[in-house]
Amino acid sequence: MAKLKVEDLKRIKESVKGTVNLRDGAARVKVTVHMGTCGIAAGARTVMNTLLREIESRQVQDVILTSSGCAGLCSHEPMITVEVKETAPVKYVKLDADKTKRIFAEHIMGGKAIVEYAFSVGSERTR
Amino acid sequence: MEKVYRTHLLLCAGTGCVASGALNVRDALCAEIKQRDLADEIYVTTTGCNGFCAAGPLLVAYPDGIFYQKLTPADVPAFVEEYLVKGRVAKKHLFEPKKGAAPIPKLSDIGFFGHQVLVALRNRGLIDPDKIDEYIARDGYLGTAKALTEMEPRQIIDEILASGLRGRGGAGFPTGLKWRFAAEATGSPKYILCNADEGDPGAFMDRSILESDPHAVIEGMIIGAKAIGAHQGYVYVRAEYPLAIERLERAIQQAQDYGLLGEDILGSGYDMNIDLYFGAGAFVCGEETALMQSIEGRRGMPRQRPPFPAHQGLWGRPSVLNNVETFANVAQIIHRGAIWFSSLGTPKSTGTKVFALTGNVKNIGLIEVPMGTPLRTIVYDIGGGIPKKKKLKAVQVGGPSGGCIPEHMIDTPVDFESIPATGAIMGSGGLVVMDSSTCMVDVAKFFLEFTADESCGKCTPCREGTYQMLEILTRICHGKGQFEDIGTLEQLSRMIGASSLCGLGQTAPNPVLTTIRYFRKEYEEHINEKRCRAKTCKALLRFWVDPEMCRKCGLCVPACPVDAIKWEKKAVAEILLDKCTRCTSCYQACPFDAIE
Ligand SMILES: Cc1cc2nc3c(=O)[nH]c(=O)nc-3n(C[C@H](O)[C@H](O)[C@H](O)COP(=O)(O)O)c2cc1C
Repeated sequence: MAKLKVEDLKRIKESVKGTVNLRDGAARVKVTVHMGTCGIAAGARTVMNTLLREIESRQVQDVILTSSGCAGLCSHEPMITVEVKETAPVKYVKLDADKTKRIFAEHIMGGKAIVEYAFSVGSERTR
Repeated sequence: MEKVYRTHLLLCAGTGCVASGALNVRDALCAEIKQRDLADEIYVTTTGCNGFCAAGPLLVAYPDGIFYQKLTPADVPAFVEEYLVKGRVAKKHLFEPKKGAAPIPKLSDIGFFGHQVLVALRNRGLIDPDKIDEYIARDGYLGTAKALTEMEPRQIIDEILASGLRGRGGAGFPTGLKWRFAAEATGSPKYILCNADEGDPGAFMDRSILESDPHAVIEGMIIGAKAIGAHQGYVYVRAEYPLAIERLERAIQQAQDYGLLGEDILGSGYDMNIDLYFGAGAFVCGEETALMQSIEGRRGMPRQRPPFPAHQGLWGRPSVLNNVETFANVAQIIHRGAIWFSSLGTPKSTGTKVFALTGNVKNIGLIEVPMGTPLRTIVYDIGGGIPKKKKLKAVQVGGPSGGCIPEHMIDTPVDFESIPATGAIMGSGGLVVMDSSTCMVDVAKFFLEFTADESCGKCTPCREGTYQMLEILTRICHGKGQFEDIGTLEQLSRMIGASSLCGLGQTAPNPVLTTIRYFRKEYEEHINEKRCRAKTCKALLRFWVDPEMCRKCGLCVPACPVDAIKWEKKAVAEILLDKCTRCTSCYQACPFDAIE
């Protein structure tokens, strides 16, 4: 194995940053895939896989993916919630692989929400 | 780029969790995840000790930061279904602060973790200790890079001095000063040594650091080597720590492959190697001069100092020996600066300290707190208080060389000034919480048995003195104590403390002195009234049946193995003291607490 120089430390650090960010919770964007029974039946898996492959192929380090239960809108599944840091979360509904890819490119990477796919902006109030 | 997953499950594989079955849980998790076709989404890995050993086997799930405890292989399918498939928090495995209280999902919200500040343990549970890349990702080897390429030895020493770092192995000697003595000493080669002997019974701080973050220790040694001009390091680790040894060996190999050990480290021109030396587990071999003799292949026995190891250490050459935890702080001090480090803790005791928290406390485990944290915070906020509604009696700090701090001094801050002022010592970080069922004479006897046993026998005060003290303590516990025993113990303590060759003998009387100081009354009860209020000293127990409480049920009769209970139907039982062996079987069998 090649011996490291000081710059190489930075390179290694950069290459595993995704892992560290995920564990530190330090991400620019958090995407939640709603994976209740309804969501899974409607195709949430495909949405999840699409997101994972997008992150991988674009080598994005600051986006984390999580899953949560049914969001209470079973007829609108599959759904995701996109939270870009310091902006209101956006819920997207009735997704498929292509829509998901577009959201990834324009909202997650580009910072511009796609209004036509969006169901709501902001989240319901909790106690 | 590395593969992307949506969730990382970081399973604790410290020695404690492995013993409670963590590896079976891991295998079950991996199998279940594979079967459900989630292997591309979920990453399962193991880490070093998470610290909350009482809750194991446990895992932390990221990015949610959820703490799951007490998992078994049988729980795995339901857990995967609930958390990973349905995306709901698996309630069954959440931590409950009290029985019936609302469970707490987030690791950072749990009191046990929330009150801790991690410096030496900062990577625990966050990285896989077998992956050097994960260590590097968390700023690993940046301290080494800075020390080797940008700093002169003098500057390194000044930075460590300015940080106020003091040795975590027990004595609290300023690390920078030790390094300066060795740097200024003439003679070569010089050696840098790491003390991973960890002989205190019940202590596992150093083992845990080595298991969860071995590279942090390696880095500290490289930086120390440059500071004093050494090119060879040794880690003296006890052979009973197989997992720590395995991880350390792998870490050293990985560092060598990356050129972070060996010749011309990071292109800086500096060479440094580290080898391991396995100790056989004698307590005295943790003492610095004995440790060096042991590495030289001789019997581990302390010698007179001076000459100090900084001038004549291993093979008569200038050497520095530091504790595992001391080294684990070094790279971060260099990387983040002395000012950052000295902002933690108290002015004279900077930084943090790792403690092994055990005894009569709810949350047993490994903790790290800023120096100066009151014992109360440790026992109640982190430890969760005393189980079974019992009362706190004392906290034993510092292992066999330490002392018992009584309940009324529970606000004592833990640091190198306040703890010794109580008569205890910081030691390497054992913290045993004791409730009202603990007999303080028995505690003193327990620790003295250990030191008397581990005394190497070289000097008379320690060899004979500890033996004599143990005889007296044993006598007191057996109800044969004599009026003058307390005075004799105090006198022997002073003599042994003043005239022993090494720290073992010098500090061995501490458990006796502190218990006499704070619990003198209990000694007097044992000696004068032949009574042990904690009901620990069996020989002093006089069992009898309280006629008011006895319901005449006769359950005590079959419980007694020696037919020492007289009973007839509808009559109060009676214990025949001449036959009674004080085994406590009847005491435990009585449903009405009538036997005392
Ligand atoms: C009997 C005895 C046992 C010791 N055991 C240990 C030990 O297990 N680990 C340790 O780090 N220091 C132990 N020490 C302290 C060492 O002699 C030495 O002071 C320490 O390793 C120096 O490191 P530090 O300055 O980083 O604390 C022991 C001392 C004595 C007298």
